[in-house]
Amino acid sequence: MGEGPVASPGRRRIVTPGRSAIGGLVLALLLLPLVGGQYAQYVAIQVLILSLFALGFNILFGYTGLLSFGQAGFYAVGAYGCAKLLLLTPSLLFGVVGGTLLAGAAALVLGVLCIRHTRIYFSMLTLAFGMMIFSMALKWRDFTGGDDGLVGIPRAPLEIPGLVSVSMASMGRYYYFVLAVSLVAIAIAYRLVHSPLGLTFQGIRDSEGRMAFTGVSVRTYRLIAFVIAGLYAGLAGALLPALENTVTPPVAHWTTSADPVLATLLGGIQAFAGPIVGAFLYFMIKDVIVRFTEYWLIWLGIIVVVLVMGFRGGVVSLATARWRVHRPGREGA
Amino acid sequence: MTEYLLETKGLRKTFGRLAAVAGVSLGLTEGTLAAVIGPNGAGKTTLINLLTGLLTPDTGTVRFKGEDITRVPSHGRVRRGLSRSFQIMNIFPNLTVRQNLLLPALSRRGRNLHAVARLEDETGANAEAEELLREIGLWDHRGARAGALSHGDQRLLELGIAVGTRPKLCFLDEPCAGMNPIERQTVLGLMRKLSGQRRTTFVIVEHDMDVVFSLAERIVVMNHGEVLADGTPAEIRENRVVRETYLGAEV
Amino acid sequence: METLAFQGVVGLSMAMYLWLISAGLTIIFGVLGVINFAHGSLFMLGAYLAFTFYGLLGWNFWLAIILSLAGTAVVGWVMERFFLRYLYGVDEAYQLLLTFGFILILDDAVKMIWGGVFRIPDIPAFLEGHWSVFGRPFPVYNAFIIAAGIVVGIVLWLGFERTWWGRTVRATASDREMANAIGVNVPRVFSGVFMLGAMLAALGGALGTPVRVVSPGLGAAMIIQAFVITVIGGLGNLKGAFVGSLIVGVLSAYGTLLFPVFELALIYLIMAVVLLVRPQGLFAR
Repeated sequence: MGEGPVASPGRRRIVTPGRSAIGGLVLALLLLPLVGGQYAQYVAIQVLILSLFALGFNILFGYTGLLSFGQAGFYAVGAYGCAKLLLLTPSLLFGVVGGTLLAGAAALVLGVLCIRHTRIYFSMLTLAFGMMIFSMALKWRDFTGGDDGLVGIPRAPLEIPGLVSVSMASMGRYYYFVLAVSLVAIAIAYRLVHSPLGLTFQGIRDSEGRMAFTGVSVRTYRLIAFVIAGLYAGLAGALLPALENTVTPPVAHWTTSADPVLATLLGGIQAFAGPIVGAFLYFMIKDVIVRFTEYWLIWLGIIVVVLVMGFRGGVVSLATARWRVHRPGREGA
Repeated sequence: MTEYLLETKGLRKTFGRLAAVAGVSLGLTEGTLAAVIGPNGAGKTTLINLLTGLLTPDTGTVRFKGEDITRVPSHGRVRRGLSRSFQIMNIFPNLTVRQNLLLPALSRRGRNLHAVARLEDETGANAEAEELLREIGLWDHRGARAGALSHGDQRLLELGIAVGTRPKLCFLDEPCAGMNPIERQTVLGLMRKLSGQRRTTFVIVEHDMDVVFSLAERIVVMNHGEVLADGTPAEIRENRVVRETYLGAEV
Repeated sequence: METLAFQGVVGLSMAMYLWLISAGLTIIFGVLGVINFAHGSLFMLGAYLAFTFYGLLGWNFWLAIILSLAGTAVVGWVMERFFLRYLYGVDEAYQLLLTFGFILILDDAVKMIWGGVFRIPDIPAFLEGHWSVFGRPFPVYNAFIIAAGIVVGIVLWLGFERTWWGRTVRATASDREMANAIGVNVPRVFSGVFMLGAMLAALGGALGTPVRVVSPGLGAAMIIQAFVITVIGGLGNLKGAFVGSLIVGVLSAYGTLLFPVFELALIYLIMAVVLLVRPQGLFAR
């Protein structure tokens, strides 16, 4: 286990089958609106949003070793923040960036409290503070619209003042916008986990004590990881209002926090691509299950239990384990 | 008055009713390899924990290079040039051996925050980690997962991480425990080399009296949280109180 | 003034439900080292079972409570014996993930079996009415709840301190290997403790049925408050759980009265202050 985030920092560039696979995947995503209809695009946007959400969660969990059950709180701050901004000024970029930053700010404030503890305590605190945001979404009617949420949110044009203004009215346009944002965000995350900062996070996950004795303030870096996860959750949430034209309190509910948890477990916490693969699987499974029953959460729970009991590595580790057998001697570049 | 590298005054730490360290005043001189010995529960590890910031004393002060560091957290002490290894092994088991040694090298350069740089572009830190890999004899294992190493190799790796921060003063808690003679030689050789080349001062906590008496230039004997005796190996060997209470028939 | 005093009584009985659930949470954590995220769901399950036997089927009040405890204990036993037991050796994150999965299962299962919200059944005749305390009405049922909470506290204390069973459990809590070495059947102790914790939660849920609405969201609401209590009182300590329950119960009762919109904000605020000032909790050793 553990090979995933552990990239060997060898000088040699290894051309892996991963590269061509990624190229193919991106091409397929680019071509999707030509083949798939509105619904396919809508689902693809959902998958991308959950990918970002789960990717941030896994920087916190898989890389830094902090299990948060409250990421929906920041997802909601991103969603409500973006919705409010879009209702204020119809500029998509303004809304998305603003919502993301608001979520980052919320993560900074709550993070200071949560990272005072690790492990079990941390998980409890994140769930509690996540639910605090949920109760705010529900009860602060003047700002959030209470039960009804915020409605009539425009899918504002992508505007850079004085330069361009691209209408986002069609689903296809918005799909390309979300795709572009996602690819950039995924590339940044990839770079991040393979940087000194990413290695520092993994060091904290493996041994906080040893990390402190390399001269690193562990708490500060835990907070940094928490804020990064918050920013990703916020970005994911901020892409939602323009898609749905409405934001309601369930986005903040703890069951929404279960989404990135499940996507990450499905795909595998040990691999960078785990949460992304998991997000895709999540929607495939959900799509099948909701055809048969309205009780989707019970199945979600059963899948979590099965994964935890039997498949802690997730799908990606199964695949790479296979691949490794055919490629001995790759270690030690 | 001599200028000590590290100096404590009236250091005291109690757990419940037990005074694990009961008023220790001690000065460590630069360049003198010292050993702290004493029976189990004498307070050796607690003392090291107080000196390295893992515990805060109830009373007393710790000064390092003249600066009062009693309230400075561990990571701050490391940045000032204080490092340590642990009695219970403490490495990064899921990282590769090379990455284990890259972390102190990055930290020493203040590079941990760099989020866009590629690890392989950190040339200085990489070179340093590679040098260390050869020094501790783990070059051939550089790509292996650290947790998969043998016990002795893991201890060597931990030593590597501890000295990877290039400390002025380095505490080693039982560095040779559970090692075979060859690994032990690597450890002792590395300590000699670093104290010569980088002027690192080592302080070891050790049970193996052969190691202690062959290596240490100064021995501090602890019992019941207090310093029982403090002197050169020859003096300690001759000390009647030490012989009675601790060494017994061994010497 | 009337209202303030009455709200205090409401707060105290709320504190007792909270005390029962956090006592279960604390005991399980103390012995097994696991925080059961699904403990609120067990509370809710106890409430639904008691409601079914007492409210729907009209059985005897005491019998309904006993059956609800038994039913919840069985669910708790299944959780521990067939799932949690296999995860003691792995990273504790997976234990948390498992119990988190159980919340999803139990909450939806409750929805599947019982559907939406129900009416509240009548208070049993012998617990109806009011006493007059200092000239003010004091509902008998609230007095009953408060007494029940205190009795449970005393029984737990006596059980842990004075009985052979309690000593065995405490020995297991402080050193598993040693307990095993002196012949304690550790897995059985673990199962027993988990069932005890589950029953405490169920008791809290069951006692509340005649005065509180049971709904599928109850579990999550309760576990959050139990966590807040744990943070305030300090993890793994019964005294802290009791005092924390009193603080949270009474304050949220007054919070509802004084700041209806942000009733919950008050307890989060207290939690935040405790975290900043004394992160290990008020009663941690």
